[in-house]
Amino acid sequence: MNVVVCVKQIPDPADPGALDPNTKTLKRDVKLILDESDSYGVEMALQLVDTAGGGEVTLVSMAPNSEVGGLRTALAMGAAKAVLVSDEALAGSDALGTSKVLAKAIERAGEADLIITATESSDGYTGTVPEQIAELMGLPSITFAKSIAVEGGTVKVQRQTEAGYDDVEAPTPAVVSVTAGVVEPRYPSFKGIMAAKSKPVDEVTVADLGIDASQVGWAGAGQEILEIAAAEEREAGTIVEDDGEGFQKIVDYLAELKVI
Amino acid sequence: MLEFTEGHEMFRNTVREFVGKEIDPHADAWEESGSFPARELFSKMGQLGLLGLTYDERWGGGGSDTTYKMILGEELGRCASLGVAMAISVQTDMATPALHRYGSDELREKYLRPAIAGEMVTSIAVSEPDAGSDVAGIRTRAVQDGDEWVINGTKMWITSGTQSDWLCLLARTSDEGGYRGMSQIIVPTDTPGFSVSRKLDKLGMRGSDTAELSFDDCRVPVSNTIGEPGRGFQQQMAQFQDERMIAAYQMVGATELALQRTVEYLKERVAFGSPLLANQHLQYSLAEVAAELDLNRHHNWVTVAKANRGEDFTREATVAKLCAARLGRRMADLAVQYHGGMGYVEELWPARFFRDARLWSIGGGADEVMLRTLARMNGIIGD
Repeated sequence: MNVVVCVKQIPDPADPGALDPNTKTLKRDVKLILDESDSYGVEMALQLVDTAGGGEVTLVSMAPNSEVGGLRTALAMGAAKAVLVSDEALAGSDALGTSKVLAKAIERAGEADLIITATESSDGYTGTVPEQIAELMGLPSITFAKSIAVEGGTVKVQRQTEAGYDDVEAPTPAVVSVTAGVVEPRYPSFKGIMAAKSKPVDEVTVADLGIDASQVGWAGAGQEILEIAAAEEREAGTIVEDDGEGFQKIVDYLAELKVI
Repeated sequence: MLEFTEGHEMFRNTVREFVGKEIDPHADAWEESGSFPARELFSKMGQLGLLGLTYDERWGGGGSDTTYKMILGEELGRCASLGVAMAISVQTDMATPALHRYGSDELREKYLRPAIAGEMVTSIAVSEPDAGSDVAGIRTRAVQDGDEWVINGTKMWITSGTQSDWLCLLARTSDEGGYRGMSQIIVPTDTPGFSVSRKLDKLGMRGSDTAELSFDDCRVPVSNTIGEPGRGFQQQMAQFQDERMIAAYQMVGATELALQRTVEYLKERVAFGSPLLANQHLQYSLAEVAAELDLNRHHNWVTVAKANRGEDFTREATVAKLCAARLGRRMADLAVQYHGGMGYVEELWPARFFRDARLWSIGGGADEVMLRTLARMNGIIGD
């Protein structure tokens, strides 16, 4: 079974850099790493291929400056190869522009039984790309998967809900977004890290994918960020000194908030 | 100078993540019980290829350069239980280098491969009640009887001794005294006559068990001899260099973390109306540690570069262990001092670090032995 996983390479959340005041977007000229929320999809894809007893996992990513740092991590986990779309024309792409590029890159990655994504990226958080890819490719889409099984030509998914989960299924190929935290991503092993160095990364431009540059980047963006503002600073909390009646003060406070 | 690649960085992340998820959350419980489940932890490490990085791929090793091992050591030094880090190092760099270097193919297949895979736990059994750093003073004896060694004696301060599957034992195998007539012998711990006399109660490094071991007419095949019979002392001296370096890598990692954590604490801790870190005396004493830490780290790089070129690094390993241990102890003392009362209770990390770091100047050859070696190397010796 062949699985394509869309992975995003993002600035390290531990050292996230800054927003560009001109473009009002995150500066991406720093070293990028694998978005942790994508590591769950990679792990799930590797498990599906293991269970199927054959096939491979291919990564698809869109990133500036030919960045492969995050891809190498996913390759070290066990993915076989990657398609990287890197093109200056992509700067400023909105969610739909990104989806158009990823959909074409997925087609380039070869025939897939399943396309896995995260539910949303950890830097952009639009949460709309998976469904847009499915629509553009004319494929069924299942969201918020907590477990995935492929049997015959059907993908069976437990879709997480607030109350529990729904059992849903769709014919393959399908696009499935995976909820963060539902599997334990493996550590890249020493041998995996060594092997990742020589795994193929097919780097392509927008033109290579047959996309008109005017459809993507700033030129093709159908949305505009009008304003960015710093989040309000959190107010200092209240310190309750326990004089033996501290619990009552906490109870009163919770009652005031109407949570009890 | 060493060059660091993307692969090195990725490997550092793997080890840091592994330590953060597989060791640190359990460290308090393991410290409390005086032991950790070595087989379980080593098996996970074996699957990631962490236990035989520089060893030949023929035996399941990684075939890597020593830079990877240094990274492993530095990151293990950052774990919340240095006793566990030490037991891991026994597996990777104290009990197995001689077997890898000098052992027969049969021995390497039977004992090295499962140690690298984390399926067997190993210990190095050299020290004795009357012979610690003075290795030439050991008394444990192996007498040949047909095609077997008959072993009698006692070994002391043996890390992982209560849960080892096999020991790399150093024993006297002839009547020649001093540095001659010793052999390294692999002793499976299910051999009749072998027993754990007692588990030792230690000042620090409490996350891993340490034992006294007894050998009473313990019979193992002569073919379990590592390398050349009678060359055990010399082989062990070579093995000690690996031991000293893995310890020095850990000391650098541990000292760096202790420095960072102390600085963070002093930023937050307000006394006399301002954060303690505003005090110039505290700033400078920690800056001194930072400077020396750089020197120690870069000295390790020089040593690793020599190891990568296949050159002898005895002198460098001796200096590395001596200096990194002393700096680590100084940092441990500062950490306790600057945390004040909180440095003296077990609720925060400095108390454990203080106890653990004390071993660094004793284990693997005491500071005095390092100094003796250096004095000789420099001709600073009077006859």
